[in-house]
Amino acid sequence: MANPAQASTAGHGHGGAGTRRDFLYLTAGAFGAVGTAVTIWPFIASLNPSADVLALASTDVNLRPVAVGQAITVTWRGKPVFVRRRTQQEIDAARAVPLGELRDPQTDQARVRRPEWMIVEGICTHLGCVPLGQKPTEPRGEYGGWFCPCHGSHYDTSGRIRKGPAPRNLPVPAYAFIDDNNVRIG
Amino acid sequence: MRRLALALAGLLSFAAPALAAEGGPALPAQSWSFNGFFGTYDRAALQRGFQVYREVCASCHGLRHVAYRNLTALGYSMDQVRAIAATIEVPTLNDAGETVNRPGLPADRFRTPFANPLAARAANNGALPPDLSLMTKARAGGADYVYALLTGYTNPPAGVQLMEGMNYNTYFPGHQIAMAPPLNADQVQYGDGTRATVQQMARDVSTFLTWAAEPELEARHRMGVQVFLFLILLTGVLYAVKRKVWADQH
Amino acid sequence: MAHAPDIKPPAYLSKPAIRWIEHRLPLLSTVDQFVGTQYPAPRNLNYWWNFGSIAGFMLVVMIATGVFLAMNYQPSTAEAFNSVERIMRDVNYGWLIRYIHMNGASMFFLAVYIHIFRGMYYGSYKAPREILWWLGIVILILMMATAFMGYVLPWGQMSYWGATVITNLFSAIPLVGDSIVTLLWGGFSVDNPTLNRFYALHFLLPFVIVAVVFLHIVALHQHGSNNPLGIDAKGPQDKIPFHPYYTVKDLFGLAAFMLFYAYFIFFNPNILGHPDNYIPADPLVTPPHIVPEWYFLPFYAMLRAITFDILFIEAKLGGVIAMFGSLLILFALPWLDTSRVRSGKFRPRFKIFFWIFVADCIMLGWVGANPPEPPYTVYGLLGTAYYFAYFLVILPLLGWFERPKALPKSIAEPVLGGGALAGAKTMEKA
Repeated sequence: MANPAQASTAGHGHGGAGTRRDFLYLTAGAFGAVGTAVTIWPFIASLNPSADVLALASTDVNLRPVAVGQAITVTWRGKPVFVRRRTQQEIDAARAVPLGELRDPQTDQARVRRPEWMIVEGICTHLGCVPLGQKPTEPRGEYGGWFCPCHGSHYDTSGRIRKGPAPRNLPVPAYAFIDDNNVRIG
Repeated sequence: MRRLALALAGLLSFAAPALAAEGGPALPAQSWSFNGFFGTYDRAALQRGFQVYREVCASCHGLRHVAYRNLTALGYSMDQVRAIAATIEVPTLNDAGETVNRPGLPADRFRTPFANPLAARAANNGALPPDLSLMTKARAGGADYVYALLTGYTNPPAGVQLMEGMNYNTYFPGHQIAMAPPLNADQVQYGDGTRATVQQMARDVSTFLTWAAEPELEARHRMGVQVFLFLILLTGVLYAVKRKVWADQH
Repeated sequence: MAHAPDIKPPAYLSKPAIRWIEHRLPLLSTVDQFVGTQYPAPRNLNYWWNFGSIAGFMLVVMIATGVFLAMNYQPSTAEAFNSVERIMRDVNYGWLIRYIHMNGASMFFLAVYIHIFRGMYYGSYKAPREILWWLGIVILILMMATAFMGYVLPWGQMSYWGATVITNLFSAIPLVGDSIVTLLWGGFSVDNPTLNRFYALHFLLPFVIVAVVFLHIVALHQHGSNNPLGIDAKGPQDKIPFHPYYTVKDLFGLAAFMLFYAYFIFFNPNILGHPDNYIPADPLVTPPHIVPEWYFLPFYAMLRAITFDILFIEAKLGGVIAMFGSLLILFALPWLDTSRVRSGKFRPRFKIFFWIFVADCIMLGWVGANPPEPPYTVYGLLGTAYYFAYFLVILPLLGWFERPKALPKSIAEPVLGGGALAGAKTMEKA
């Protein structure tokens, strides 16, 4: 763009002609830039979740088979979600912790809809491994919740980070109880 | 420049016979709201067409590429869509691993009426009712063809011997079609009070099937007009720049 | 190479930072020498010369949209058709990307065909540009292979039957034909292995094309562009720098071309395709008319034109030879054309035969689109005969019998009306 502009002003020496020329170049350049930017957008947008993926964004879970103290893992948006039916001791333990001791302070009440049911995404907030602790045979870590074997993060019975490298608590997905025995995640 | 434009037009014109090559009588061209540069779908016609599909066509023809969630484009609310989807049953597994039915969800694709093509043929005297999701794109003439076919049933001309179970249709290739005339006057009860003549239902369902095949049409036309305006301006500006740059060479 | 007076050493080299980089990696100067201020181009190129850059642009468009389509496409016979419909319906702007790609193939061929006809009219294949011409034909053949395999990917009826028919061409080869076809298919019919390998090759070949295009441009720069007069540049007054003159001209042409292209994408996206390809592939039912995409129709017509045995060559093999021969004969064109004059502008008889040849190609396209029955078979045979006669009889003889018009002394002469004067004038301007 610079070259013709220089050539023109050198060639004619008329301020008016040069200005008009510069204006044309600027307009053309602006059009080109806007056009390119607008063209790139659909390509980037195509990388975002598509309509069919977004439509599958909810999963219904039947809670009836889960006994107190047990847990199940369900898939939601391709990720594991932990559903644990906590014992009264576990609930009490989670609620007894002073907020000051927590790395990512959150009350247990803020993380559940019904105290008995702990529903969290089963993805360690450190680097994305799936923590252990769902099966009775698996280690649950020092705080009785979950333990991530990859880098040793310990979560408590409310899914909050207590020890290890993970920065945040296990995230709570959006969910709602359809009735006493069914919950819809997402 | 002019020669170039002429040559382009010439090159282009030889693509045309490829499309007109299908046999059969010429399809009467209908005027559709979705034709042309600014064409859009008529929402009321879409909803009526959906009703015709649901009450008439769906007993034999699937629409497998369309999902219930897509129906919001017809002007239905999400709650209405949920209610429509819930009227069908979708097979799923229960915790015991048995196949059970659950009510449909907006994310489900339209239910196909037969479990598989063999079942479809068995139920239809050996003929396979085609899926309709892409019907208007998969036939030369598109919506015009669907409309012509649905309104093209007549008695066979003298001398034409129909095979058993076949019906005579002016616009079907070969004229003998296994599908009996699907539409009869007042077969459906339109909610908006439109009289359900055969022509009206054929028009509405053709509109609906065009939408089913090309749900992106409105967005495409809208974007197309914007792109055209932009490119016309860009071409103009670049022509001016070209003239300016070349001014010292002429 | 003589440098035009307009060509000055680039200003950016005076900047130390740029000079430091350029000393180590001459990126800017290379671009500048290829399509910039340092590339002297004939001053008289007309709009027919735009189609080379348009074809280059289309190659970029095809690769860009193709990569994004590949991110959502599934190359399996069970899912290919559905995954394409998912792109059309559910992927954000998937319909736009697919329609750009789908119609882009047609636009790419359109640009390339015009580019080739331009070269044939103005004698751009003549010495010393024979290898440039060869590379162009290699690009065309690679494009055809790529386009053919791409058309198979949506796994519609035309995809499937087009693949079946075209791969079966190889069965005409004596002795080993059937084994070659089995090899191409990876099975006993066009099936999942075929689809998978076509997908892999459809992804790979465009990058091979990019490499050959690069060689094509290197060969072009060895002697520079031909021009409408077909005479070599006599001096600096015959040339102007590529940038800004031809960059703006190419950009203007490109914008106009995009307008034409956009019409198809947005308002008639399926007009150049066949409706049957929206019916999922069915190995048990052949569509009534198998028609390839429009850009293959003339070749398809020549394939079908040979319906009789020629000596010991069976009709089937004869058709295949005619079709592949129609492409391969282009390689010999620089030697078949015996005229000493490059440009058709100065060859009154050639002009007539050339335009008949263009019309012949268009007629063959029309024949290819129609069913193989009289009268089309007759037209097809006549068209094929002229196609080969043009190369094998007309062009060799024309060079001897035709009396060309007088050539201008230099490019600048007819453009500016006098070589010396023009030179002075350009000097003054610069």
